[in-house]
Amino acid sequence: MGLKEKLHGIKEDFKGKKMAPAFNALHTFLYTPNETTHNGSHIRAVDDLKRTMNTVIMALIPVLIWGIFNAGYQHYAAVDAANGIIREASLFGNFFTWDNFAMGAITVLPLVIVSYLVGLGVEFIFAVIKGHEVEEGYLVTGMLVPLIVPVDIPLWMLAVAVVFGVVIGKEVFGGTGMNILNPALTIRAFLFFAYPTWMSGDKVWVHGAKDVVGTPDAISGETILGAYAQNSSVVYDFADKFFGFIPGSVGETSTFLIILGGLFLMFTKIASWRIIFSAIVGAAVMGLIFNGVVYQGWIAEGSKFYGLMNTPFWEHLIIGGIAFGIVYMATDPVSGAQTNTGKYWYGFLIGFFSIMIRVFNPAYPEGVFLAILLMNVFAPTIDHYVVQANVKKRMKRLKLKTA
Amino acid sequence: MALLSKKDTGLLLDPLADNNPITIQVLGICSALAITAQLKASIVMALSVVFVLAVGNVVISLMRNIIPSKIRIIVQLVVVAALVIIVDQVLKAFAYELSKTLSVFVGLIITNCIIMGRFEAFALGNGPYRSFLDGIGNAAGYGLILIIVGFFRELLGSGTLLGFKVLGDPIAKTGLYAIGYENNGFMLLSPMALIVVGIIIWIQRSRNSALIEEN
Repeated sequence: MGLKEKLHGIKEDFKGKKMAPAFNALHTFLYTPNETTHNGSHIRAVDDLKRTMNTVIMALIPVLIWGIFNAGYQHYAAVDAANGIIREASLFGNFFTWDNFAMGAITVLPLVIVSYLVGLGVEFIFAVIKGHEVEEGYLVTGMLVPLIVPVDIPLWMLAVAVVFGVVIGKEVFGGTGMNILNPALTIRAFLFFAYPTWMSGDKVWVHGAKDVVGTPDAISGETILGAYAQNSSVVYDFADKFFGFIPGSVGETSTFLIILGGLFLMFTKIASWRIIFSAIVGAAVMGLIFNGVVYQGWIAEGSKFYGLMNTPFWEHLIIGGIAFGIVYMATDPVSGAQTNTGKYWYGFLIGFFSIMIRVFNPAYPEGVFLAILLMNVFAPTIDHYVVQANVKKRMKRLKLKTA
Repeated sequence: MALLSKKDTGLLLDPLADNNPITIQVLGICSALAITAQLKASIVMALSVVFVLAVGNVVISLMRNIIPSKIRIIVQLVVVAALVIIVDQVLKAFAYELSKTLSVFVGLIITNCIIMGRFEAFALGNGPYRSFLDGIGNAAGYGLILIIVGFFRELLGSGTLLGFKVLGDPIAKTGLYAIGYENNGFMLLSPMALIVVGIIIWIQRSRNSALIEEN
């Protein structure tokens, strides 16, 4: 008897019992269940929720692996820097090493495990109480969460935030597919407002930096955005920023891998190219406006906004979390705009506001998650006006025809 | 003879749960969000509203037959304003620090929808004794939610209750803080108060399905 039959047997045993959804979830996680829909229209398509979720996870795997190596690399680089050695990043020389992997794995993998255990635990509890099936929605959220937090976030904080994000961000609205806000970003927003000392500053982005504050071994790792916000310069060159040899949240650093993941998602039609494209345009437009302000000399060099305003618009796209946010967060099909025209507006405004928040909030220069949450809230409004405009256009056409 | 008839008991107890001004009627939300970061402020606010609503209800009820209905709102406002000024002055005299914490929200009791609502809906049509009970009941229902919200916000946001460090000292790292616990700064922000009120409403409605509207 194969695994599939065994799982099916367990499922039959628990049919009609309270724990049934939990066992069904285990069964359908790997296999298609042996039952068909009984009424309504039948659509035969393989790209169901599970397939969609797994595709996104596949697109996230390279970013996660990079994040693991980078967590180790940044730690050792910071230790070197504290001893006066400036490292030159080289992919096979000092990046893909076992030391980096081991250091990264012990810091990053617990985040992944806690995120999945707590999040899926909450999903199972709700499924059992409410008597519905466990949905696959958390599979992607659970992978996104460890990628958008600093490496050293305490695990219990992550657990509290995941419970909050899954319950308040998703379950109260009715579970997967009904949420207004992106649950992963809700979790990040909760962490940011609840425990700001663990989410910003120059001590949280490198593993171990918090433990050695004030000692002779003190290390630090400011993100590029943080440095620019203080009008200071960074030692990283274009390749460092683009390929991701920089400190930051676990998964956000490598723009190159994020672009690959984005292309994969667009090719498989999971992510909307309209949102990605217009978000990039929106960010570039806002960046150009700020560059123009600097070029015109309207802002003094000593101003606290100068550092980020003077950043070339294309550089804004490769530093900080904007690439990750646009590709993996803004394209969430549930919380984003649904209409095609609406998607252009939705994406454009996300890019536009991301850079605006980034520049005007020097205390915390990462505005992408706030911009996306804001537009999540406005997505239904955008859709409403798009639909109304369409209705109006058609009414006009009807009148012309009948007149 | 019982002190309270069954109907009168209902006046007192209904607003505590099944007809709570905050969680069911969703009135008086602004002050519930604004001043519940500390338990002490919540309690004082609750007591102030109990005083204003109970006395105000009695006064309005006594005058209900002589108030011309065209200007009744103004009369009600004068009554509630007078009572609020008394509360404000008493707080300033005996609890100055606290009155600074509550700041403008003591004055804003005037605009608390619960008070005008009870004047209009109850005191204008009922005798003083029953109006008094109704005032106590509704203000207590309001205060109860305030105290629950204040309890959780102060406990989780500052790690204190009424100013006592019940979870240990965050700077000296004693108690829970010794094992890495940290205060949740989000609890001190008003959005979290809204979420806490929402969770209370959620729990209440899932326990009592009669409260859920059709559709």
